[in-house]
Amino acid sequence: MKQLLVFIRKEFFHVFRDKRTLLIMFGLPVVQIVLFGFALTSEVKNITLTVIDQARDVNSTQIINKIKSSSYFIVDESAVNYDAVSTAFKKGTAKCALIFPAGFGNDLQHAGQAQVQVLTDGSDPNMAKTVINYLTTILTTYQREISPGAQLPYRIIPEQRMLYNEEGNGSLNFIPGVMALVLMLVCTALTSVAVVREKELGTMEILLVSPFKPLLVLLAKAVPYLVLSLANFTLILILAVFVLHVEVKGSIILLFLVSTLFIIACLSIGLMISNTTNSQQTALLLSMMGMMIPTLIFTGFMFPLENMPWIFQMISYVVPARWYFLIIKAVMLKGLGFSYIWKETAVLLGMTVIALSIALKNFKIRLS
Amino acid sequence: MKVLRFILKKEFRQIFRDKTILAMMLVMPTVQLIILPLAMNFDVKHVNLAVVDNDHSTWSQQLINKIGASGYFRIIAAAPSFREALGYIEREQADVVLEIPPGFERNLVRENEQHIGVSVDAINGTKAALGGSYLLTVIADFNQHVRLNEGGKFVPGKGMNIGITYSNWYNPLAEYRFYVVPAVMVLLLTLIAGFLSALNIVREKEMGTIEQINVTPIKKWQFILGKLVPFWVMGLVVFTLALTVERVVYGIWPVGSFALLYLFAAVYLVALLGFGLLVSTYTDSQLQAMFVAFFFVMIFMLMSGLFTAVDSMPGWAQDIAALTPVTHFVKVVRMIVLKGSTFADVQKEFLYLVGFAVVLNSWAIWNYRKTS
Repeated sequence: MKQLLVFIRKEFFHVFRDKRTLLIMFGLPVVQIVLFGFALTSEVKNITLTVIDQARDVNSTQIINKIKSSSYFIVDESAVNYDAVSTAFKKGTAKCALIFPAGFGNDLQHAGQAQVQVLTDGSDPNMAKTVINYLTTILTTYQREISPGAQLPYRIIPEQRMLYNEEGNGSLNFIPGVMALVLMLVCTALTSVAVVREKELGTMEILLVSPFKPLLVLLAKAVPYLVLSLANFTLILILAVFVLHVEVKGSIILLFLVSTLFIIACLSIGLMISNTTNSQQTALLLSMMGMMIPTLIFTGFMFPLENMPWIFQMISYVVPARWYFLIIKAVMLKGLGFSYIWKETAVLLGMTVIALSIALKNFKIRLS
Repeated sequence: MKVLRFILKKEFRQIFRDKTILAMMLVMPTVQLIILPLAMNFDVKHVNLAVVDNDHSTWSQQLINKIGASGYFRIIAAAPSFREALGYIEREQADVVLEIPPGFERNLVRENEQHIGVSVDAINGTKAALGGSYLLTVIADFNQHVRLNEGGKFVPGKGMNIGITYSNWYNPLAEYRFYVVPAVMVLLLTLIAGFLSALNIVREKEMGTIEQINVTPIKKWQFILGKLVPFWVMGLVVFTLALTVERVVYGIWPVGSFALLYLFAAVYLVALLGFGLLVSTYTDSQLQAMFVAFFFVMIFMLMSGLFTAVDSMPGWAQDIAALTPVTHFVKVVRMIVLKGSTFADVQKEFLYLVGFAVVLNSWAIWNYRKTS
């Protein structure tokens, strides 16, 4: 036991001696969480809308004013014809256009039926769909307002309540997502070089003659990183609460416990990579470059998982960050207890066991 | 020149000898380019709805049927109480709870007005907003319908109707692959040029082989060029590969000029290699280099308009976005590939990228010390 403590202490010194890596390890997640917490939003805002008003009557002017007063659009009235729209689209200076034909108001007043045309730049489909949604809402509301008998009988009025997010913070979904993504990648990368570095630098022999069982050697290697990652998580959480104003609605203790488990799962995956590769470069490429994009996609905070073909949904099951994202959402944002997240927790536990076993199996007891 | 040719030979050999690196450069991008666009889809297909009907009247039934038939919603459960319906939201099975209060029909007839409760899981903003607006649309429709059918005392006045015709240019069906495929292509180039080059140079430092180069008559610039040129070539190879995959798998063929596309790719790669070199001069282990590169690539990925619109971000974030080469390159690739924009349309971005290439490389070379 005493020997083991000495061994762990040595590993600690090893890790803490490298001030630069420490600085990077703590600095980067902090900057990222703050940056993305503020910058990423699910809302679509400040869209430049080119308006061509060939009618110039009361109705078209009223509608344009309504659009101007919404926060979604920046109205640009400099274009005069289709060619101008086409040029603006090609230059990327406008994303959508609204065209009132001549006689718009006249048709609306006398025939009760008028047309407008909406053009969108389909190269950004998300924006195009959102614009169409916004404009439809604005036009429908307007049409209802000016229709005779707007105050009709039988009105059903929906009262919308925003659960878990009263302020309508558009970044709320991204914060746990970025937390899961950053923690997973950082923790995996940290331990992915732990063993392979010794192989590369030829210091494996020292490990092999140590009196400990391979499992203990591996754990001793992981302990300093676990401490570091926990400190890192704490820092991220403090930032989320005090800088991004995310309210932790559930139990802090539960949050810490499941986060610790998630970190251990990621460290184990890192050890697995470290024991199955032969160079730091390969290990790092696998743990960072190889995992970054899949993690980003399969965590489910950016692209809804339910839309994906079933094969991808299967793939997403092996991404630890996906389960952790669900856990954090449930505990931190919805204030739910353990009974809601036991399944996800069990999955993370299972992953840890599997990754550690593979790591152990590949931990070379002898020099090749 | 002769020296440089030798160095290049050696570097190319090293790349082709290491199967892992080669796979990382060629196989992984191809696989990712084939697979990822299938997975990246922002479409909200349907909103899951849990219904609490406390009225059990003809009208409340009709309203629920209308919502179910609208095509926007999947009614996943009819719960006896709000508390129970909320359970579906807590377990992520429902996005919206619709609550119809007792006396719904009676009040509608007597008072002409009745409120109903719509509770939305607002953590996911997109779904919340869509679910809410779909529901409003359906209810407005239902209001009309109730008036016409049930309201004996109501004579419909002349309504006003604004018809809207839509057209999505360059992508009539608003399909996501047109948006995602160019983005993945740019992302892969970025990873190869920015990540791998940094790692490659730092590796020499960490292994101490840089010392050996220092005692040879090789000049600084020869060493650097020898490191960067192979990656630049590989980058263009991957770019070509990516265009081929786009064509074969996704049927996307650039509308604009190929020469223009390659011109931009060539300049962009130079800028990104400068970035990789810069990272390598500030770090001394592969782990450090990886972390720094990771930090920037994350920013590139999430802030440069690859998957989220830059225009929606706050002003200061847009300023940061303008400071990354990726933002400009992805914009240009989309413009040339999808809209057939010409050089006149993308002049500004070209200047930006040339600027990045010059600044990043000069900075890197200034900071690069041959003596480690």
